[in-house]
Amino acid sequence: MKKIALALLGAGLMASAVAQAAPEDDRKQIVAHFKSKLPAVKYQDYIYGALALDKDSKSQYDSIMEFPPFESVVEAGKEMWNKPFKNGKTFASCFPNGGKNVAGNYPRFDASLNKVVTFEADINQCLKANGETEFKLSDVNTMGILTSYARTLSDGMKMNVKVEGAAALAAYEAGKEFYFRRRGQLNFSCASCHVDNAGNRIRAEVLSPTLGQTTHWPAFRAGERLTTLQNRYKGCNSQVRAVPFEVGSDEFNNLEYFMSYQDNGLPLKASVFRK
Amino acid sequence: MRQRISLLMVAVVLGASVAAPAWAEEDDEAHGGMPGQAVAFSKKLGNCLACHAMPGTKGEMAGSIAPPLIAMKLRWPDRAKLRAQIWDATAANPKSVMPPMGKHKILTDQEIDQVVDFIYTL
Ligand code: HEC
Ligand code: HEC
Repeated sequence: MKKIALALLGAGLMASAVAQAAPEDDRKQIVAHFKSKLPAVKYQDYIYGALALDKDSKSQYDSIMEFPPFESVVEAGKEMWNKPFKNGKTFASCFPNGGKNVAGNYPRFDASLNKVVTFEADINQCLKANGETEFKLSDVNTMGILTSYARTLSDGMKMNVKVEGAAALAAYEAGKEFYFRRRGQLNFSCASCHVDNAGNRIRAEVLSPTLGQTTHWPAFRAGERLTTLQNRYKGCNSQVRAVPFEVGSDEFNNLEYFMSYQDNGLPLKASVFRK
Repeated sequence: MRQRISLLMVAVVLGASVAAPAWAEEDDEAHGGMPGQAVAFSKKLGNCLACHAMPGTKGEMAGSIAPPLIAMKLRWPDRAKLRAQIWDATAANPKSVMPPMGKHKILTDQEIDQVVDFIYTL
């Protein structure tokens, strides 16, 4: 009897050791890939995306970020965050630490739901639990504006995504498979552009490295167009003439889970300027 | 107003920081106006410029993903092979990011012939 228990425990430990090793090996490989491919870019600077690859672009970013043209939108997000529900509670009541330094723990794998849960999904869960109407995950005018402030509460926190247990690992692997699979009439994978060709130009646009792509959302494109991470995924799906998946779909959530793990250790910074 | 102007300036500075190839401005009577040129340059059709620089772009920005399309006749004496590269680049190189223009029906057979005619003048 004791033997069996020990054997089971052993098997459990083995499984969790494997679960740890695979994502961490992936992450180290990606960091090493960019270290040799783009030796001039400092690790911390990957959060600036394509702007990290060009001095002029980066200094433009810095000066825009001093007085961001989208400040009033973030301010509106703050009002939404602080406005009490009908029952008197607020969003802060649903998150540890009032929602400060939490976004870097997302996406998280929820064992009871047996799926990946994003920060946005937990915001909706909060609305539901308090008897309020949930937002549409893809709606930039509700969820987008709210998170343009809510995510700033985690500025400076380091990305800290965990993959623990076989089910979580399976979701991570599904995201990884999505990332490397070619799709669309134009036959690209995400990696075609953001790993193999990061730093190259596609027409006039410099392709950002995959490393750091999950740390700074929402982004305001051209300083004014609010874009969430998963809305950007849709854009990149459309660019290759693939039918885009839905914001909040299991496919995109697993993809975000895989990509965010690679960013573990990088600091978060919301809401930012992008070209 | 202030913000508008500063954003405009950003666009100018960011655009200017990427150098165009020396021959981008050259006036090319030799191959300008061929139907294949329109196919190669158009974002909706071949969009070859997204990845390949080539002569005669008149200042249009080309990407830096792929080798420049120059001296094609010299380097690709076998027209059928050149056509095959465009029809499905992944046949020769499974890892190629070049979209399979014919195989995925991105271009029609006629458009591919036009593109080959055009790049043979480069
Ligand atoms: C054909 C090329 C191409 C493919 C394939 C592609 N992207 Fe992109 N992606 C771009 C371009 C161009 C941009 C805008 C410039 C930049 O920031 O890289 C971009 C931007 C992004 C950004 C925003 C980066 C930032 O910091 O603002 C993310 C995130 C992203 N892509 C993710 C993906 C994912 C995930 C996939 C696969 C589902 C994918 N991309 C596939 C071309 C591509
Ligand atoms: C998304 C990027 C991309 C696009 C768009 C693209 N190519 Fe390419 N092409 C490549 C790459 C990368 C190579 C390098 C070899 C390979 O991967 O097959 C290449 C190679 C070639 C070659 C052989 C290289 C040489 O000069 O010896 C030819 C010819 C060519 N492409 C023509 C075209 C034409 C014509 C179009 C448009 C109809 C086009 N390509 C569109 C990426 C692209």
